[in-house]
Amino acid sequence: MERIPILRMGDLLLVTIQVDMHDRLAMQLQDDLTQRIVSDSAKGVLIDISALDLVDSFIGRMISNTAAMARVLDARTVVVGMQPAVAITLVELGLTLHGVQTALNVEKGMALLGKSYR
Amino acid sequence: MSMNEYADRISQAILAEESGIGAEWLAQLESITVRSSGAAREQLRAHCQQLLKAFAVATRSGELENIEHRSWDEVRDLLSEISATRAKAGSTPAETATLVFSLKQPLFARLRDVFETDADGLAIASWTVNTLIDKLGLYTIEVFQKTKDQIIVRQQQELLELSTPVVKLWNGILALPLIGTLDSARTQVVMENILQKIVDTGAIIAIIDITGVPTVDTLVAQHLMKTIAAARLMGADCIISGIRPQIAQTIVHLGVNLEDVITKATLADAFLVALERTGASIMIKNAA
Amino acid sequence: MVDAQTQTVLFETPLLEHRRAQRTGRVTLRLRSDEDVVGVRKQVRERAVAIGLSLVDQTKLVTAASELARNTIKYGGGGEVHLDAFDDGARLGVGLLFVDAGQGIPNIESALRDGFTTGGGLGLGLGGSKRLVDEFDIDSRPKEGTAVLIIKWKR
Repeated sequence: MERIPILRMGDLLLVTIQVDMHDRLAMQLQDDLTQRIVSDSAKGVLIDISALDLVDSFIGRMISNTAAMARVLDARTVVVGMQPAVAITLVELGLTLHGVQTALNVEKGMALLGKSYR
Repeated sequence: MSMNEYADRISQAILAEESGIGAEWLAQLESITVRSSGAAREQLRAHCQQLLKAFAVATRSGELENIEHRSWDEVRDLLSEISATRAKAGSTPAETATLVFSLKQPLFARLRDVFETDADGLAIASWTVNTLIDKLGLYTIEVFQKTKDQIIVRQQQELLELSTPVVKLWNGILALPLIGTLDSARTQVVMENILQKIVDTGAIIAIIDITGVPTVDTLVAQHLMKTIAAARLMGADCIISGIRPQIAQTIVHLGVNLEDVITKATLADAFLVALERTGASIMIKNAA
Repeated sequence: MVDAQTQTVLFETPLLEHRRAQRTGRVTLRLRSDEDVVGVRKQVRERAVAIGLSLVDQTKLVTAASELARNTIKYGGGGEVHLDAFDDGARLGVGLLFVDAGQGIPNIESALRDGFTTGGGLGLGLGGSKRLVDEFDIDSRPKEGTAVLIIKWKR
């Protein structure tokens, strides 16, 4: 089964989601990220969703869960690039993505993560 | 006589006396041209000449009924051009259609000459030309209407854009003054605009100033709250400024929960807060 | 349980014949596996674009479709969705009818009120999906099945 690639930059893990994910793929990503945080001793996770034109409750929960698990493993998560239409829809759906930090783009996201473990 | 033969003779009739027909036609259009400039008259003369020639060529093709046929493409294009120009210049559709209908008289005169004693032939030819020109006249009205509609749509869009101006106050700080009454539909559009501008400019704070908004009802307040929630999901934040006493009362009465949102009375106050949030500050140097 | 492939009706619901006068071109997609949800998203997006829905409205419709498709698979034991093109004479719309022969929704009222639960619980998010569309209709009978109809109109 195809997997979403996870890149490593120092103690930062970078994921760019560019495909329309089905639930199993999303779960696989969550598992992979959790594993890599441990195996790579990552301190930060950057999830780039600028290419996603859809975030439904499952994907939203996957993101929240990933952030929660990362926190337990002493890593911070930032989600970047949410499209306006997606943001409006999530608000209407009532999904809050509680506990997830967000930034407009990768550059700002990295700055957020850089600040946190100086 | 077959249709093709009629087509030929009509076409011949025009080409043989092109300048004569053209002159008579333009003479009829005096009422339309009397209040236009010299340049406009020149253009009209040129248009009529081209139209006459194209009309002759088109009739020669043999298609005398269906003006949508490709042999009439050039005529239709010319008519579209003329119609669009006149629409923009402020002519009425009747004036433009009359331009086309005025071609009938000079053409009938020529047909009389060509068909001489053939009364039946003349009747058929005249009727054919009559219907043809009627169709072309109606076509100009359609084009005219379409152009006007396009102008209206464009003006509506421009109005919508005007109502959501964006001011970049500083790096990462946007100000969006909202002006006019906000109804539910307009607020949604404004909401989407604000979020898109945040993305486009990479702003982290958007100051939504509602000084220019006379009243706020529950729906509008809810939309504003949703906009702020969406902006936060995207990684930015919003401050609402310009809340006048009346609006403050309305908001409290409506029971809208603004706990989570920073609100300031003036844009200036909001700007200071925004500056702090972006890690900047203002230092006022003492005058010497 | 019978499904689309055997051409028999999953769940007898009046919603199947609903609004016949206003809809055309019914396409039926089966909903069994995760990948089917992705397929539905794609087709719904195409239809939404085809009738000129704004980007936000498209996203809302596709998201609602994704939620309901998932419900059909996870809680309905699989089923199908009918895609319709709507035209009420004044405007165009896209309609989706999700049908399954699952256990049904015991308390529709509270399901519509429920938010998304992070832990257990059904967390169907029906209320959320309802807010994303213009029309929402649901027919569900315990142990027989569920049908959900949603329509989004071009403003």
